[in-house]
Amino acid sequence: MSKTESKTKKTTKKAAVKPSAKAEVKAKAKAEETKTQPESKIAELQQDRERKTVIMQGNEAVSYGALDAGVDFFAGYPITPSTEIAEILAEELPKRGGVYIQMEDEIASICAITGASLTGAKALTATSGPGFSLMQEGIGFAKITETPCVVVNVQRLGPSTGMPTSPAQGDIMQSRWGSHGDSPAIVLYPDSVKECYELTIRAVNLSEKYRTCVVLLLDEVLGHMRESVTLPDMGNVRIIKRIKPTVPPHWYKHYDENQKYLSPLASYGEGYRFHVTGLTHDQHGFPTNKNNEAGDMMARLRKKISYNIRDLVQIESYMMDDADIAIFAAGIVARSAKAAIAMARYEGIKVGLLRPLTIWPFPDVAVRKMLLDVDTVIVPELNQGQMINEIRRLTKDKSESDVIALQKVNGELISPAEILQKIKEAI
Amino acid sequence: MKFPKNYEVRLSGSGGQGLILAGIILARAAVLDGHNVTQTQSYGPESRGGYSRADVIISDQDIYFPEAINFNCLLALTQEACDKYLFDLRDSGVLIIDTTYVKNLALAAENTYELPFTDITVNELGNPITTNIVSLSFLVKVTGIVSDEALETSIRESVRPAFVEINMKAMKLGFKLAKEYKI
Repeated sequence: MSKTESKTKKTTKKAAVKPSAKAEVKAKAKAEETKTQPESKIAELQQDRERKTVIMQGNEAVSYGALDAGVDFFAGYPITPSTEIAEILAEELPKRGGVYIQMEDEIASICAITGASLTGAKALTATSGPGFSLMQEGIGFAKITETPCVVVNVQRLGPSTGMPTSPAQGDIMQSRWGSHGDSPAIVLYPDSVKECYELTIRAVNLSEKYRTCVVLLLDEVLGHMRESVTLPDMGNVRIIKRIKPTVPPHWYKHYDENQKYLSPLASYGEGYRFHVTGLTHDQHGFPTNKNNEAGDMMARLRKKISYNIRDLVQIESYMMDDADIAIFAAGIVARSAKAAIAMARYEGIKVGLLRPLTIWPFPDVAVRKMLLDVDTVIVPELNQGQMINEIRRLTKDKSESDVIALQKVNGELISPAEILQKIKEAI
Repeated sequence: MKFPKNYEVRLSGSGGQGLILAGIILARAAVLDGHNVTQTQSYGPESRGGYSRADVIISDQDIYFPEAINFNCLLALTQEACDKYLFDLRDSGVLIIDTTYVKNLALAAENTYELPFTDITVNELGNPITTNIVSLSFLVKVTGIVSDEALETSIRESVRPAFVEINMKAMKLGFKLAKEYKI
């Protein structure tokens, strides 16, 4: 832990002395390093051979997104289909003064990134189903201690080791309820390589802003897929850093109630005294058995999500204006849906797509509106029925709506033709 | 070349034949030519043997579904791959098979190119390792889906510097085979 701390300190120092000419002698070796190494990975790619459009893999995009979001600590245990994230960050992080540690397992990985985050690092790990199961305890710890961190889960098929190179969407509910004790979750779900980059940055930003563990779910196909990507302008990329306390150390409360639920976060070693425990705690972080304090703590965990739904929820509404039939799909399945919509529209069938980019918190408002607007909703997913139950939960507002399932769990993607068939059956 | 719709290519064979690298090279070349591309793959847990395939979709429009369903072009380097995927080839699709391993053709397709790529590569370059580049270059020349220059740049950028030279030789061999091929 102390190693991480000293490293982060060094980087902040370096940034501070950079403009002054005097300190240049001292930081010469390091400054040279930063000169040859452009700040942003995307800027580096653009300078390299002067190209604006490149071919990029989903896992690569996640790694670059992490770097550009300011992630400076990665601890993980490489696992197919997320291995490339660990590979790339192992190479890139040390170049930028960051730390990469390969841990003995996923339990250690989640604990390491939580600890690193408490010293001020932006921390991320990447895994797949088997590792994600092991991490659940640690994810709960990060949530109750309100420590920012990001877990990338590139989903594979099946329980246990399953099929490492086959796609599935079986972890949708696990990412919400996997950790015990009724804590809310923020989970993002991209559908293209470019979105992998954007949503990784967003995941890091949200974790810093809301002081919680944010999960980024990826499909195996997307993690391994390469796609032409037009690189974004780094000027448009917004990076959020955690709020630092401005009060004198003896006034500091690690969990402050009076800040609209977004309380400042001090790091270890900055002079602020606080206690971190997985036990239910008071505002200073010390264990408590008082029911009012326990209630307050649980309410704060919930409210910081439920009061900020509009900031957290992102959806894509595609051809929904005149649609009679809606498809609700996330991730790679949404792309099959779009292909099916193109085929159906060609035949004059009015179909649209509602796609959540944030699957948790669930986009209740958008789904309710969709249920009012259309006659039928088709829910294709690569599992045996997870998101469809969330839709059914909301159909109580309007009961006529037909909700049709399309599920596949044999390691293949749902093809556009299969969705088109369901659309035709629904007419 | 302008693409009115998606152009779907499937490169298939067994693990270790370099098909996923060939897919990446083709995809990168198409990006250099200014097209939209997706490249996906499917392979077993083994690093050699087992099945392996790479799909490349090239288009001038947005590509939604990233896997090839109805191929414009199929390259099959093993009998098993040929049997499995032949029936998903479009009516006028291009079929390229390596007769070193593909001995039986279940269906006579219109545009079939048959060459013993592995044997030729061993004879000409002394090693079967670049069979993927020889057959990919052949495919590119026959179909014209990407420019020769883009393919060359893409190979240079995708393989290790030490292996650029042998892969350039392989590319030229593939182009030569395509030029001399008589249906």
